[in-house]
This record gives sequence, structure tokens and C-alpha cells, in this order.
Amino acid sequence: MDTIKELLVNGTRHSIDVGPERSLLGVLRDELELTGTKYGCGEGQCGACTVLVDGQAARSCLVKVGSAVGKAITTIEGLEKDGQLHPLQAAFLEAGAMQCGYCTAGMIMAGVALLGKNPEPGERDVARALEGNLCRCGTYPRIVTAVCAAARSRARSTHG
Amino acid sequence: MAETREPDSGPEVERYELFARPGYRFDVGRRDFCKILGGGIVVTVALDPALALQESGGARRGSGDAMPRELGAWLHVAADGAVTIYTGKAEMGQNIRTSLAQVVAEELRVPLSAITMIMADTAQTPFDMGTFGSRTTPYMAPQLRRAAAAARELLIGLAAEKWGVDRASVEAAEGRVSHPPTRRLLGFGELTRGQKLVKTIGESEPTIPPVRWTIAGQSVAKVNGRQIVTGKHKYTSDLTRPGMLHGKVLRPPSFGAALLSMDAQEAEAIPGATVVHDGDFVGVAAPSEPTASRALDAIHAEWKAGVQPSGGAIFEYLKKNPMEGQAFDARSRHVVGSVEEGLADAGTKLEATYTVAYIAHVPLEPRAAVAEWGEGGLTVWTGTQRPFGVQAELAEAFRLALDKVRVIVPDTGSGYGGKHTGEAAIEAARLAKAAGRPVKLVWTREEEFTWAYFRPAGVVDVRSGARADGTLLAWEFHNYNSGPSAMDTPYEVPHQKIEFHPARSPLRQGSYRALAATANHFARETHMDELAHALGLDALEFRLRNLKEPRLRAVLLAAAERFGWGKGRAVAGRGFGLACGVEKGGYIAACAEVSVPSPRGQARIERVVAAFECGAILNPDNLKNQVEGALIMGIGGALFEAVEFEAGEVLNARLSRYRVPRFSDVPLVETVLLDRKDLPSAGAGETPIVGLAPAVGNALFSATGVRLRSLPLAPRGSPG
Repeated sequence: MDTIKELLVNGTRHSIDVGPERSLLGVLRDELELTGTKYGCGEGQCGACTVLVDGQAARSCLVKVGSAVGKAITTIEGLEKDGQLHPLQAAFLEAGAMQCGYCTAGMIMAGVALLGKNPEPGERDVARALEGNLCRCGTYPRIVTAVCAAARSRARSTHG
Repeated sequence: MAETREPDSGPEVERYELFARPGYRFDVGRRDFCKILGGGIVVTVALDPALALQESGGARRGSGDAMPRELGAWLHVAADGAVTIYTGKAEMGQNIRTSLAQVVAEELRVPLSAITMIMADTAQTPFDMGTFGSRTTPYMAPQLRRAAAAARELLIGLAAEKWGVDRASVEAAEGRVSHPPTRRLLGFGELTRGQKLVKTIGESEPTIPPVRWTIAGQSVAKVNGRQIVTGKHKYTSDLTRPGMLHGKVLRPPSFGAALLSMDAQEAEAIPGATVVHDGDFVGVAAPSEPTASRALDAIHAEWKAGVQPSGGAIFEYLKKNPMEGQAFDARSRHVVGSVEEGLADAGTKLEATYTVAYIAHVPLEPRAAVAEWGEGGLTVWTGTQRPFGVQAELAEAFRLALDKVRVIVPDTGSGYGGKHTGEAAIEAARLAKAAGRPVKLVWTREEEFTWAYFRPAGVVDVRSGARADGTLLAWEFHNYNSGPSAMDTPYEVPHQKIEFHPARSPLRQGSYRALAATANHFARETHMDELAHALGLDALEFRLRNLKEPRLRAVLLAAAERFGWGKGRAVAGRGFGLACGVEKGGYIAACAEVSVPSPRGQARIERVVAAFECGAILNPDNLKNQVEGALIMGIGGALFEAVEFEAGEVLNARLSRYRVPRFSDVPLVETVLLDRKDLPSAGAGETPIVGLAPAVGNALFSATGVRLRSLPLAPRGSPG
């Protein structure tokens, strides 16, 4: 089978040379050195590896890189623009929504995907959308607070 | 002396340390900070005669247990005023990188942003036993406060000398010394020009009392939070080294299985793969993870299974298999009066047995290590709670002098007591040695579930008696295997017999957040609830009647008030419960409200109110975060977490089979923090977890009338 030669990540075309069966997570971390996306379970149960594929939250440990060719992949490294944090990154800092921080990238990416679909989610919407993401430190209430706060701040900047 | 040294680890910690490999070796004189920081110029020397005494030994493990008293070991001010702090503690989410920086900023009078914390690096930081036992706040924070206060006083003295003024007229603030009468001002760095600060840290350095804190005691945000939310922070598993290979280790199919034969020809034929077979160890290293996996799969091994007990018989097994030769000590046994005498006078008597299952820590970052051999020896980056312990394990394993082994701990993806050991470090180092290249090894989730270690399972037998008015008379308490932490009752009981019975655990077991305090609180606080019920007394009233400890009463009353204890009425399917306790200097009380829609319906925790007091609070928002996190983590062990095993195999070694708390499990959580600025600060990462399980169990009884005496309470979701 032909190897995969190119991947579009965070708006940049990256040259690679990997088999199509390789996990997107492995390619991001080991080939592109985008290590913000984490391994947590390898079976799509923890969400630490969450990235956006064409705007949709995806478990990169289960996505074969061959299926991601030509699609726009966004990782945690792609959210900050010109030194400006994404509103959800800023909201996580504001809410102190982390302890060890290992789940944070996946939580933020899942949250960004939710805000893309539902710009003004309620607390229950957030909890439901992020149910597949684990925070073993138990910062769940703060993560809900952060996502709701980011939605409000975006609404303000859009309408205001 | 007591304040400059962490207390001996005590039987409790030692029992929980895993001596899977030959013991520890504490080397006394290896920390020479002059060498590390370069030739500093002696600014001033205040020799302390106590230092010489201390250095000559006397501590249980030699002076390796003592914290160094030379200021330069802890603190350095660079010429540009940047402050570097050195501590052997590791950051794993407790947020001590921030809280320790706060106390230094406070004492030294520098902005928080001027401080860089060098943590958990055996080549740079003072020896440290490990980051466990909630010790950072009660021991390391005061040590760094004293160091920073000593530095501040030294800088003031230097300025006074330089300016020829009275030192009482010199002030230190914002990283500068000043002499207001003459309007002279110098940055700390300008004053010292980066020279090493030489001074012995005294016992009674003039630290700033908590009532006057302006940086400590505040809700400062995580100092490296931006690194976390941008994905830039490098955990061990994110590190790379030039020429680095990826490692994989061949695991036996079950605990205790022995390798009979092995054929690695096919694996060795894979380009770039190195296969290592050394004693029990079989592993591979290869240029990429997929290649390493392929090589591992290509090894054909034959195993002989050992005889292993299964989960179903575990509690009987633990009672029937005492640990031989384990001497009982004061911490393992506590007898006052005569339980038989007390029971003879008791109108109400109860007897019950409580059990807790083995559970897994499930740190979201599994064990990982990057090992590199060089001319100077071995360097390993790994996420461990005991960098110096792992350094010793590595030195032992590879027969190296300690100073040839450097262990560096990047801020780690959590531990919860589960990362005391250096398995991944040793494995990566073995592979790197064979391959002649650096090797990264990241355990899979299944490996982390199976080959790390578990919170001990345990059995607790309780026998008690009380007078009709609710006065406790007799209390007998036997803990089998899970541990003696918080085994003593905080209640006033004239006749007590409390014993810990170590057992031969069939599964590898070790520390877990709060150790056995969770099991012992579950048994005690459930039993107290049963007694209250038998006596026809309110659970709160019954506890208060037998409780004198003012700090525990304070949290109990605070939690009950915020919760509205006694105001709501339990109806079928909805109930309330409470529990309280003290451990590691922290006082916790928790009230829970649960719902169980039908006898076999899904149990749900609706609301939890916890009151916590741990002396003077270093960082209120972080403390709140820790308390909330402990309560939420505690939901798993309380309701559904359990390691299932049979014939030496873990049956649920995956997140799809081992349930941990998720968003939908989270109740409304309210915390009440009592800030006692008049009392020394105690740690808070562990103790808040101990009240949750009994409060929930008691609430489930109030909702259903069914008394549950085993953790987890509702393994299949339902308490019925």
C-alpha cells in the first residue's frame, strides 16, 4: 500500500512518509513532534488524544492517518494565534480548570468542537459533549465553568 | 531539629513503599551544591554548631533524611535578580510549583514572576524522600520560607554594610533593598552580582506570619498554566533525544508466570530492532513505536503460569494469610482499657465487617521514561513521585554509584500515590544500554493497569458498644491488609482495641491517595452511622456527643450547616449521609445527598458538601481545586471502581472495562474551607478523599434502608 506523503495540520502542509494504517496520534506526536496531543488509553475511552478533523472532535488514537489525508486537522498547538490564546484556552486559565494538565489539551479540543456546533451551550450540554473525556484529577466542574465562560466571552465579542 | 527534617517515614509509609527490588541506599555526602552552582564567593558565614552534630549522623537513615541547611542548596539570586529555588519535590497536579513559589516570593519579597522552581532533579535539588504523605506543605513550604527569610535578612545585612547604615533602616520589597532616609535602592541581583549566598539557615528565621501574607495565602493561578493550555509543556512521554529509539517490554500473560522458552530470531531480523533478554526481562528497542510493537509481536515466548488466587476469595484469603514476621509496633496496635469490660456495660452492641476492593490509580499519563547513557553515567527522565528513590533503584539495578545516575522528573500527568516506583525507568535504561542509543518507553494503559500496583484490598472487623444515651463505651477495630492510616478513632471511647494485621497480598499493592485512611474511615464512619441508627439518634448528634477534638467538630458543624443537615427529610429513593475524620493534619467532614430511583435503579450522588481545615491556607483556589478533585476521584472508589482478577490476570485492565468518574457522575460539589491562620499549614492533596465513601454509603442507607458494607458500594450502578 502507498505511504502517506502529506498531512494538513494547523493550516500547514506537512511532508511525511508513513503507512496509512498508522494512528493519527502516533504521526502527530512522533513524526510532526506535535506532542500537545496525548496518549491515554489507545481505545478512544479517555479523550486525551482529541483533535479536530474538519472541525469535528476525533479520537486521534483511533483515526488511521490514511483517512485523515486532505482533511484539515487542528491540534492544541494550532489554537493560539499570534500569541493570542483561543478564548477557551484563556477560560481554562481563568477557571483554574486543571491540576496535572494531562487531559487539558483533549478537553480544550473537545470544547472547541462543541462551541463550533453550539455557540451557547448550557452546563448539561457541556457535560454531555465532554463525557468521553476523562480528568482523573476531578476538575470536571471547573472545565464546565470554563467552556460556558468561553461561550459567553465569544458571544460578547461577536455581538458586542 | 524537628522542623528542619521531615519526620521518619514511619511504619505506615514504609509498609506502603514497595521494596520489589533490593532496598534503598541513602548516600550521605553526595549533595555538594558548591560544585553545582559554581564557585560562589563567600558573602557571610554563620556557622551553626548544630549543623556539625547533625552531619555526624543520628538520624535513622543517616543525615540523608535531613534537609541541607546551607542556603545555597535551596536558593540562588542571579545578577539580573532572577531567583532560582531548588526542591526535590515533584509536581504532579497538586500545584506545588505554584504554592511553593508563593511562599518564597512572600518571604524574599520578590515578584512571583522572578522565581524559577527547579524541582525533582537529583543532580540539582537537595535530597528528598519523595512527594507523598501530604508532606510538601507542612515540611517543604516551611523549609523554603526559612531559606527565603534567611536570604532576605542576608541581603538586608549586605545592603546595610555596603551603605554604612543601620540594618533596621533597610527595607526589602519587590526584589530590591532600599534605604528610604537616603533614597538608596539596589536590586537583589545588583547587590550580590549573582554570587552564591552562603549562610546556614537557622531554626528561627524571621518568617512572615500568615496573617500578614500578601502573596502566599492568595489564589494565585498555576504558574505554568499557559504551557499546559497551549500543549507546550513537555511531560516525560513528550520528550525526545537525538537518535532516540522507542522501547516495548514483553509482559507475562499472568502474575507469577515464568518464562520457559523464547525465540526472538524473527524479531531480531527486523531492521533497526534490538532485542534484549536479561534474566526475567525481555524487551525491544526500535526506531519507531510501530516497529518496536512489530518486533515485540514477533517474539515467540512460552510461559508457565503460577498459582494465583482470584478476586472472589480475596477477603477470606487476606484474613488467612498474615504477613509472617512483621513486627507489630505502636502504630499498628492501640489498646486502652478493656473492650470486654466496656461491652459488658453497653446497652447497645454491634458487630460488622467492612471490605474494600483493590483499585487502580489510573493516572492519565501512564508510566513513561526516557533513558540516555553518556560519559557521565545514566540520565533518566521519568514521572515519579520519588526521584531519589528511583535514582537508587537504577544505581542498584546497574551497579552504578549514585552520582552516576541522574533522575529528572518533568511535571507529571498525575500520580495519586501510584508512581513511587521506577519500573519504566529501569526498563528504558536497560534497553538504552543494549541499544547504545537513548530509549523512550511509554507504558500502555493495559500495562499501567496490570504491572503497576494497586490500592490494597482490605477487611475491617468492628465491634462496638454504647450506652442508651449515645455515649460510646467500647470500640474494637481490626484492619486486615489495607493499612493502619487513620485507624485510630477520633471519638472519645474509654475502652479501645485497634489493630492492623498485615497480610500477604496476592496482588502488588502500594500507596494510594490517603492510603488506608479511606478504608478505615469507611469502616468507622459507616459503623458510627449504624450505631446511631441502632440507638435511634441523629448521625450528627451522635458524633458530636462523642467528639471533643475542636477542629474536627468545627468542620463537622460547618459542613452540616452548609448542607442544611436535619432540614431535608429522607424519603424512599432519596437520602442523606455524613462522615468526618482527621488524617495527616487535615480535618474533613462531608455530607452527601443521593438518589436511587428504584430498589435496583442507578445510584446517583446528587450533592456533596465538604468542609476542610488544614491550618493556614497557602492558596485558597488551589485548595478548593484539590478538595473538589479528591471528592470527585473518591466517587469512583466509593461507587464502582474495583480491579477484577482471576488466576493472576486482571480482567478489566482497560478504560472500557474499568469505570472511573466522568462528567455525568459529578454531583453538585460545594466546599467550605476554614482558614486557620493561627495554625501551621498541613497538606491537602489526600485527606479530603476519605469522607466521601462513608457519607455516600450512609446516604444510600437513608435512601433505601439497605446497609452497604463493601467498597465499591454500587459496582453495577445499583446498590441493590
